Amino acid sequence: MAAILEVNNLGISFGGLHAVDNFHVTINQGELYGLIGPNGAGKTTIFNLLTGVYKPDEGIIRLDGQDITGRKTIDINKAGVARTFQNIRLFHQISVLDNVKVGLHNRYSYSTVTGIFRLPGYRRTERLMDEKAMELLKVFDLDTSAEILASNLPYGKQRKLEIARALATDPKLLLLDEPAAGMNPNETAELMETIRFVREHFGITILLIEHDMKLVSGICERLSVLNFGKILCEGETSEVLHDPEVIKAYLGE
Amino acid sequence: MTRMKNRKLRSNLITYGIVIAAFIAVQALQSAGRLSSLMAGLLVPLCVYVVLAVSLNLVVGISGELSLGHAGFMCVGAFTSAFFTNLVKDTITISGLRFFLAILIGAAFAGIFGLLIGIPVLRLRGDYLAIVTLAFGEIIKNIMNLFYIGKDSAGYHMSLKDQFSMGMEPTGKMIISGPMGITGTPKDASFLAGVILILVTLYIVLHLIDSRDGRAIMAIRDNRIAAESVGLNVMKFKLMAFTVSAGLAGAAGALYAHNLATLQAKKFDYNTSILTLVFVVLGGIGNIRGSVIAAVVLTALPEMLRGLSNYRMLIYSIVLIVMMIFNWAPKVLEWRERHLGRFFRRGREEVM
Amino acid sequence: MSFLSYLINGISLGSVYAIIALGYTMVYGIARMLNFAHGDVIMVGGYAAFTCSMTLGISPVLSILAAVVVCTLLGVVIETIAYRPLLEAASPLAVLITAIGVSYFLQNAVLLIFGSNPKSFQSLISIPDLKLADGALNISGETIVTIISCIVIMVVLTLFVNKTKMGQAMLAVSEDKGAAQLSGINVNGTIALTFAIGSGLAAIAGVLLCSSYPSLSPYTGAMPGIKAFVAAVFGGIGSIPGAFLGGILLGVIEIMAKGYISTQLSDAIVFGVLIIVLLVKPSGLLGKKIQEKV
Repeated sequence: MAAILEVNNLGISFGGLHAVDNFHVTINQGELYGLIGPNGAGKTTIFNLLTGVYKPDEGIIRLDGQDITGRKTIDINKAGVARTFQNIRLFHQISVLDNVKVGLHNRYSYSTVTGIFRLPGYRRTERLMDEKAMELLKVFDLDTSAEILASNLPYGKQRKLEIARALATDPKLLLLDEPAAGMNPNETAELMETIRFVREHFGITILLIEHDMKLVSGICERLSVLNFGKILCEGETSEVLHDPEVIKAYLGE
Repeated sequence: MTRMKNRKLRSNLITYGIVIAAFIAVQALQSAGRLSSLMAGLLVPLCVYVVLAVSLNLVVGISGELSLGHAGFMCVGAFTSAFFTNLVKDTITISGLRFFLAILIGAAFAGIFGLLIGIPVLRLRGDYLAIVTLAFGEIIKNIMNLFYIGKDSAGYHMSLKDQFSMGMEPTGKMIISGPMGITGTPKDASFLAGVILILVTLYIVLHLIDSRDGRAIMAIRDNRIAAESVGLNVMKFKLMAFTVSAGLAGAAGALYAHNLATLQAKKFDYNTSILTLVFVVLGGIGNIRGSVIAAVVLTALPEMLRGLSNYRMLIYSIVLIVMMIFNWAPKVLEWRERHLGRFFRRGREEVM
Repeated sequence: MSFLSYLINGISLGSVYAIIALGYTMVYGIARMLNFAHGDVIMVGGYAAFTCSMTLGISPVLSILAAVVVCTLLGVVIETIAYRPLLEAASPLAVLITAIGVSYFLQNAVLLIFGSNPKSFQSLISIPDLKLADGALNISGETIVTIISCIVIMVVLTLFVNKTKMGQAMLAVSEDKGAAQLSGINVNGTIALTFAIGSGLAAIAGVLLCSSYPSLSPYTGAMPGIKAFVAAVFGGIGSIPGAFLGGILLGVIEIMAKGYISTQLSDAIVFGVLIIVLLVKPSGLLGKKIQEKV
């Protein structure tokens, strides 16, 4: 199996504090990988390092064999990494459909002048974007809400829209930051189905941060447990969740 | 989807329709002799303010950045276009063509200024950006005050000090004389030209908003970090909005300059920028049609109600404060949601 | 000698900028907002002192005191009515635009009350000029008082912030509003107090400014206000020593530019400084870098 993401010795500190220290992970093509740990363990910081929001102090990040360490967020996205955010970050004052079309921006192109003067390429490309975006929205049952403002979506649907928007950029690797946060058990169960479907349907690899143990044990094949910025334990989900260290540090709380 | 397309199209058509209807109404009044000379003199400035407000709304409402230097770009457009017209007024005698070229030149120079200023400045956060754009507006005005340019039989002369240090023949003619500005620009502007400029501005801005790049600009406004995460180049799109806006302000400046016998840089001060911002806020931030209406109403109304003119700025300032609190204060929004419900929900375009 | 007298005049003007910059920097530190109307509070201070001393014939000291009281109240009223509702608004532009509205309101209200003609402000400072080097260098009484006031204010304010309970509360609120609230600090009260202090200082700056540059109009405060903001950014916004340093440097730069380069271009040069600072070191000379939370 080919590794899609290879991270070695990744570290960053803020004001002398090691937020992430010597983090490493290898995720294979098509895998569903989980990153868990208590609050403040550095999980979101790792996402920010992987997506270029922060520049790592040390370490190497390889995507599909290509070194992406320290590159800018937009270049990392173009290389094939897309993400969602723990505190939802939608484009709240444009429509649901337009949110996804923004995700499609770099895949469909016409010039600014074509856009303003409605030259022939405009209508054709917009139609293609509309079709592609609706296809994505359908996956998440959002197609009926396409025309409303993103800020008027209920909370659970906002999380789904973030995933749809991320998928619109056609990533190889999708990073989900607490996708089930704030969802009830029914919604979570439904979300698990959707995540599985997304992996099969789009043939992508998924790395997710989650607190909901049911979701993690239900869909992740392997896990890394993080505590105080360091890896506490890693391996097959079932083994990791029975590790006494993990139970003590995290689940025992 | 088609429903949304149609709604956008209809909304745009209504905006154009309002402008055209207003033009026809004014023409009718004028031919019936019912238009006071005061109002007639106000027609071109009205068009100038409408174009300014719409172009500023592109930056404030669509791109979500507060620019307080809009008058500076207007100044660049006014001076470059008036300078051009003074150079060619004996060669190009068709006033329509000459004015068309002058507007293009004013817009192009203002756009270039917008681009050059935008590159360093748009990296800054909201309130810093506001103060730096204000600073640039003042710098542009100050620098324009320095130029002395004249022409005599030996050709063009220029000085940054005063008229006499140019070494010009006594028969030479001044084109720009420092703080006294440019005099003798032919009055090429007309209400018709103004209305056409408004329509072109609306066409450009409304279509830009409803295109791939426009969506990117709004996405960056709504959430910069998320926009980067889907591969958008934040600087590129902020610059795009800023440059187009500056260019349109330059076109407005050209219109303004060709309606006056004397053009002075001091007219393009901070107060003009703020007045434009007042139009944008009162018309609804991000609401293009609102900017058109606000600019017209707020320019024409105080002129018609002469008695009010002393209180005009005071009233504007109070309305500005009240509007901001009514539309943006979290507690007021909550109250509105609870008591006025759906009837008064913030409209789609009321965004920042 | 002209260099020395430019330098002293620069420090004097810079002292006024520093006092105004304090108001910006404290308010920015605590409420994360650019109080655009701050310059106009200076102008109101000038008019208050003018009315008391010229129209009502009250003694200079009491006039200054009256101006401080008027501005302090004004600052608190503005904060409570116009800014407080918007401090938590979805867009940071909301409160900024409101501040512009307040600035406009103050200018036009004063315009209606006092008219647009500039008033000639008679200096409230009656200290004789200091003549040095056989009269070649003349330092005016206003200059001396301005520089001394600025130093005194800096020292007192630094002590206040570091040594008193209220000062500590201000620091806590500027660090983390939520945490300050949890530890029992009255956040709204602290913000109001900051506005009160900033506005009271603006009154003093107004009197000093008008005593040195004796023309008072509704627009008197706008330019010094904006320049003082430049000074605050230059020194590092949020930092009290930064406001002092930025103010003095900016005053000196402005007077030197006027003296050696061009009067017309001096404003452009001052704003040029702002642009260079923001591009090279946006956190200013003594400021801290603020990182955005993702």
